[in-house]
Amino acid sequence: MNIHAIWNHDLAYSFRRSPVTVVAAALTLVCVGGALFAPWLAPYNPFDAASLDLNAAFSPPAWVAQGMASHPLGTDDQGRDLLSTILYGARISLGVGLASVLFAMLLGVTLGLVSGYFGGKIDAFIMRIADIQLSFPAILIALLVDGVARVALPANTHDEIAIPVLILSIGVSGWVQYARTVRGSTLVEKGKEYVQAARVIGRHPLAILLRHVLPNVMGPVLVIATIHIATAIITEATLSFLGVGVPPTRPSLGTLIRIGNEFLLSGEWWITLFPGIALVTLVLSVNLLGDWLRDALNPKLR
Amino acid sequence: MLAFILRRLAQAVVVMLAVGLIAFSLFRFVGDPVLFMLGQDATPEDHARVSKLLGLDQPFYVQYASFVGRAVRGEFGLSLRQAQPVSRLIAERLPATLELSAVAALFALVGGVSMGVYTALRRNSWLSQVMLAVSLIGVSLPTFLIGILLIVVFAVLLGWLPSFGRGDTVSLGWWSTGFLTLSGLKSLILPAITLGLFQTTLIQRLVRSEMLEVLRTDYIKFARARGLSDRAVHFGHALKNTLVPVITITGLQLGAILAFAIITETVFQWPGMGLLFIQAVSTADIPVMAAYLCLIALFFVIINLVVDLLYYAVDPRLRIERSVGAQ
Repeated sequence: MNIHAIWNHDLAYSFRRSPVTVVAAALTLVCVGGALFAPWLAPYNPFDAASLDLNAAFSPPAWVAQGMASHPLGTDDQGRDLLSTILYGARISLGVGLASVLFAMLLGVTLGLVSGYFGGKIDAFIMRIADIQLSFPAILIALLVDGVARVALPANTHDEIAIPVLILSIGVSGWVQYARTVRGSTLVEKGKEYVQAARVIGRHPLAILLRHVLPNVMGPVLVIATIHIATAIITEATLSFLGVGVPPTRPSLGTLIRIGNEFLLSGEWWITLFPGIALVTLVLSVNLLGDWLRDALNPKLR
Repeated sequence: MLAFILRRLAQAVVVMLAVGLIAFSLFRFVGDPVLFMLGQDATPEDHARVSKLLGLDQPFYVQYASFVGRAVRGEFGLSLRQAQPVSRLIAERLPATLELSAVAALFALVGGVSMGVYTALRRNSWLSQVMLAVSLIGVSLPTFLIGILLIVVFAVLLGWLPSFGRGDTVSLGWWSTGFLTLSGLKSLILPAITLGLFQTTLIQRLVRSEMLEVLRTDYIKFARARGLSDRAVHFGHALKNTLVPVITITGLQLGAILAFAIITETVFQWPGMGLLFIQAVSTADIPVMAAYLCLIALFFVIINLVVDLLYYAVDPRLRIERSVGAQ
């Protein structure tokens, strides 16, 4: 496909027509770029204990009196450069968000396929669990799973396993939507002739599911996933803010806001403000982009 | 009807038993309760004796049954960190959370319905646009950031309202209330707004879209043709018919408000159950966690049950569908 064809594509046309989406895409690009290239962009490596300078702790942004030009956005309570910490933190926030969406997708799509294709008792069982889980808010499920896992695992491993546990709990809290959608489309696909034909020639059910049904039910799944990313990032930030998420040694944006919140009343506003702005920009632009994609890919909503 | 109620009740009991099983597993398998009581120096004989005393040598299902029996009576043992019965800790914290949630829900209902009606009736006024923009922001900002923002503006910069705690409380029997003192009421404002903002925007958008829908129907045109005043048409006919879904959603959201209270309570250091739970997670205080788990599940199950039954009572179409489906 040449550039001209891409430019004239439906999706590109609807993209150009919506200035909000263009701005959101640009901001997303800035955030993702900053997170991805943090090691090259950041002036310091905040995880390197040798670069920490406790004498420089709590220094305000460069444009405020007593600010230092070497720390444009100021430093936190341990003397870490805030700009570098935010770039590295965005990396963790984005990484955890994407990984938990992938995990939720994997879990949900698998259960949805099984539920829709095999039906019967297993379908009733999975869907009953889905119904029950749906009656609780996702963030509460994530918090409970995370809290239980933290208590159940030995305390000295907490910092190392905090991120995998977090991904697991946010993923578990979000699988239901995928499972319900996939189950619905699998029920439809199951009755179509190509699936019946595959069954008649004796293909293994697993092969039918993965090779024939799966590709045809993935469209809506990807749309749900794009919208889910922003929610997952917010959930991660919230859990980290509550102190049960990413540990402060390698902080995510939520952890940074938690650290800053302790010093907010004593006047060190920048430790909270800048990570907060970064989080809001990230979530808002990803959200707007996801909304646009959903509307653009679903002609019924237009 | 009876079969439907029984089925829902059975489902509620199953959910509670499942949550109870998780809570019980926490108790039984995380750490060694006997070791915790006796310390590291206990001899194996002592260990076996105390295990027998606590009933830990009995089969799993017997232990689980006795756990359920105690949980139903509200007994979750002693908190590992505060050396107090968990039931007493929770009873102390419960009023704070319930008062905060009730005020937040009221704020969401009143604010949401009035803004929803306004934005539906005056679709193009600038105030409607502002309200819709605010609701968009309210949905996309994480709750804890909204709380921090409110603290910065109203507590730090303006100094109008307290930034943390409950203020002075008055004890009415075992219930401590913040409603009766000025500082208690002032302390409630910021947390209640933070907690209720998401639900406010939800109700606002719901009322708006339902109102717009209803205003297009024939019976509204007919009511206008009869020469009824705008006021009578808007509030007597239109609003009344939008309220059924609003009540349902608000009911279901009560559970969400209780759950999100965890976040608000942390931001404002509000001495409620949510803060207790977060502290319990960070100190691995298992009895408190187990009790909170069971209590929050109980709230949710009751709320969902009541809303389901109300829905069934209010909406006759549901009854017909069910009875046709059952045949």
